[in-house]
Amino acid sequence: MGILNRLDSRIEQFETGNLMITSVDKLLNYARLSSMWQMFFGLACCAIEMMATSASHYDLDRFGIIPRPSPRHCDIILISGTVTLKMASRIKRLYDQMPEPKYVLSMGSCSNCGGPYWEHGYHVLKGIDRIIPVDVYVPGCPPRPEALLEGLLKVQEKIRTQSIAKQIKKA
Amino acid sequence: MDINDVYNLLKKVFEDGIGELKTGIPVEDCIYVEAGKIEAVCFFLRDEERLQFDALMCLSGVDKDKTTLTTVYHLYSYALKHRLTIKVDVPKDNPVVQSVYQVWSTAEWHERESYDLLGIKYEGNPDLRRILLPEDWEGHPLLKDYKVQEFYNGMKVPY
Ligand code: SF4
Repeated sequence: MGILNRLDSRIEQFETGNLMITSVDKLLNYARLSSMWQMFFGLACCAIEMMATSASHYDLDRFGIIPRPSPRHCDIILISGTVTLKMASRIKRLYDQMPEPKYVLSMGSCSNCGGPYWEHGYHVLKGIDRIIPVDVYVPGCPPRPEALLEGLLKVQEKIRTQSIAKQIKKA
Repeated sequence: MDINDVYNLLKKVFEDGIGELKTGIPVEDCIYVEAGKIEAVCFFLRDEERLQFDALMCLSGVDKDKTTLTTVYHLYSYALKHRLTIKVDVPKDNPVVQSVYQVWSTAEWHERESYDLLGIKYEGNPDLRRILLPEDWEGHPLLKDYKVQEFYNGMKVPY
């Protein structure tokens, strides 16, 4: 069974079937990292590469990453390209509308640090981390789909180590 | 008709409204027109039987030197298959040019862009707002003496 193979060490199975034991955190994290819904949102040339990654050749779907049309459905926002100052306030607004827990992946030099516009781009925000917190940076101009995929897997890794149950208990 | 014929024709009709004809320059030959006459000249260029410039291919702005801004009009005639470049110089302290929106409606957004980036004002444009930059932007960034602002809406701009 594919699912059980992927759960591997995190879940104990009994020979007789029908029964599994795991912790709430592991189950929640398994569910969260396997369905990272993504903001349906592209910015500049990097967005082309993001679309290529979503398309059948690289197939983001197989990681449960599907684009959603509303920030309220989303777990992750990919900042895929040049962030102009005009766009920056819109991005902040979209980010604020996403429900917690939420993640940010900064794709490409532009959104990491201003990219080719770092010096003369009077209209470009020199790094998306000036307005929202970033979980994973993917370098490149543009990054290849493989690089973007690796970045997304890093976000999955991060989710795997978090504990939502403990946070709820504290609050 | 080549550019000399066009120039002579314009000169005959508009006299002082037409400035010099520049040829032999590295870029396309061009005719200078007075800022206050450009609309009438453009109507003429569009409607005159022998000219029929029915398309404004591009309208752009240039920061020419310390005191002058220039608007450049690239015209084409689909009917007669010829082209023409017109230029209008205005002083930086009072950069007002007549709008040619009534002649070619495509000019509306082009003029907005030129206004947005260089601050040239087009008299008669029905909707002269910024088109690319945010509404609350300060300054016109394609001017050569433009200084990048330190902060925009609380976001640091320089690297
Ligand atoms: S990093 Fe390069 S490819 Fe990506 S948006 Fe910027 S300029 Fe385009």
